[in-house]
Amino acid sequence: MDESWSRAKGVFAALFVAPVFWLVLFFIVPLAIIWAYSFGENSGLTQIAISGTFSNYVHAIQPLYLGIFLKSFWFAALTTALCLVVGFPMALAITFASEKTKVWLLLLIMLPFWTNLLIRTYALMAVLRTEGYINISLGFLWNGLGHLAALGGAHLAPFQPLELLHNNFAVVFGLVYVQMPFMVLPLYAALDRLDRSLLEASLDLGAGHVRTFARIVVPLAMPGILSGVIVTLIPSIGAYLTPDLLGGPDSQMIANVIERQFKIANDWPFGAALSFILMYLTFIAIAAQAVVSRGRKAARA
Amino acid sequence: MSGAKSPPGPLEYLRRWPLRAWIVLVSVYLYAPLITLMVFSFNNSRRNIVWRGFTLDYYAAVFHDTELLAAFGNSLTIAAVSTLVSVALGALAALLLWRFRFPAKPALEGALALPIVVPEICMGVAMLVFFNKVIPWPSDLAWPLNLGAIMIAHISFSFSFVAIVIRARLASFNRELEEAAKDLGAGEWRIFKDILIPHMQPGLLAGALLAFTLSLDDFVITFFTSGPDTTTFPVKVYSMVRFSVTPEVNAASTLLIVITVALTALALRLQGAQVARDAAGGV
Repeated sequence: MDESWSRAKGVFAALFVAPVFWLVLFFIVPLAIIWAYSFGENSGLTQIAISGTFSNYVHAIQPLYLGIFLKSFWFAALTTALCLVVGFPMALAITFASEKTKVWLLLLIMLPFWTNLLIRTYALMAVLRTEGYINISLGFLWNGLGHLAALGGAHLAPFQPLELLHNNFAVVFGLVYVQMPFMVLPLYAALDRLDRSLLEASLDLGAGHVRTFARIVVPLAMPGILSGVIVTLIPSIGAYLTPDLLGGPDSQMIANVIERQFKIANDWPFGAALSFILMYLTFIAIAAQAVVSRGRKAARA
Repeated sequence: MSGAKSPPGPLEYLRRWPLRAWIVLVSVYLYAPLITLMVFSFNNSRRNIVWRGFTLDYYAAVFHDTELLAAFGNSLTIAAVSTLVSVALGALAALLLWRFRFPAKPALEGALALPIVVPEICMGVAMLVFFNKVIPWPSDLAWPLNLGAIMIAHISFSFSFVAIVIRARLASFNRELEEAAKDLGAGEWRIFKDILIPHMQPGLLAGALLAFTLSLDDFVITFFTSGPDTTTFPVKVYSMVRFSVTPEVNAASTLLIVITVALTALALRLQGAQVARDAAGGV
């Protein structure tokens, strides 16, 4: 398998050149430019001087932007927790389903995931808005209730539609909606590998379902839980579309602020610094997961 | 086990009502918005709230909306080109990492994983700057060359995913086949063409499907690389939905959902047939 590259230099070069060239020119170089810009400042209308200044990073840790980073993290953490709570029973159901049901349940989870993200977000707008389906249904029920109350001689105030769209609730609702498959699939992969005789032993020995779940299932599925948390958390922190379309004026997340620096405020160096802080946070999250799962493996060995 | 009346076994969680209720609730959450969106694209009412009868007017409107059609054509063209190039580059990268040991291999593996982990917004602004400052993409090129910047961006984030899928497939390759071919006098090219490519085929197909879907689905990165004349379907829909919910958008979305689901079903069938053939062939 591991043939040394020097034994077949021609083949090696044929395989090496194109992908590496593409990766470097069209991925590493653009990111490197952003990195360089984060140490620069605007000089003139379209010129950016890379002066080695740290002022953009200093600017980024002002309370206003620090608050937005914290809010992004808080939304993402809440989303991840909700996905875990909603998704774990789903993963459990898929694991213990018959072969045929399993395929259908997996398809059930995957199908929305294959639908365009923008369309899914748009569908939520139609459901949540003031004259959306939830409010229409609630209004209908309320009117029915009003008629009943009128029969009894009482009088109900006219229906006030709930404010469901363009606020923080809508953002988290939308993020959970979009990210759920990312949580369920790793959970299912971990639960499916679980040795069922351990569960049966625990139940036979008198532990209840809750105790078996807490003491056997969760610890054994921990690697899947960790990777589910990471693949849900990271895209949620950097989400752009969901807060943009579902959020209100106070629910902007870090990606929306970055977009504004590049497209409206025209402060590219500051936007570049914010982008790199977001990237560093991502890398820290991935590294933390790697350390934790390695620690667990070492502890077991 | 066969009778519906036998009590559920200890691990038959699926036959207990709380879990069944949970599945139904989650399904409603996941599907109700999409299904109402599709149903109301046939609703004969501009305000789009109460059912007022069946109509295809909004589909007619979609097919007469030249901008929307052009954006849709752009999306399909970009996805096709991006898929072809991503599969080629992904296959090369997968073969390289599968076959060879070389200095800086871990660095290359790490770099290849970057497009998967870097947040979309960061990649979007990087592409915006790159195509503004380093390679300013001329805006007056003939179609489809004017889409070049978007295609390049899409290939950059797709081919790492393709490489992972193909490498996973290569892991199951039986090296003895290669040894046998070598003993029988086959050269590198012959082995590649007649043995490796056929073995990689399901991976190539799965990778192609993934690249196509990623490209068709992408909004954020395209948003930063598209110009006034180079909108894609998601970017166009974005500009339509930003402030209002209209039946035309419902109709256009319904069409895209149907196309995606049909494509996915087709790919699953193809893969299913391939898996069955592999199993039958005892590979």
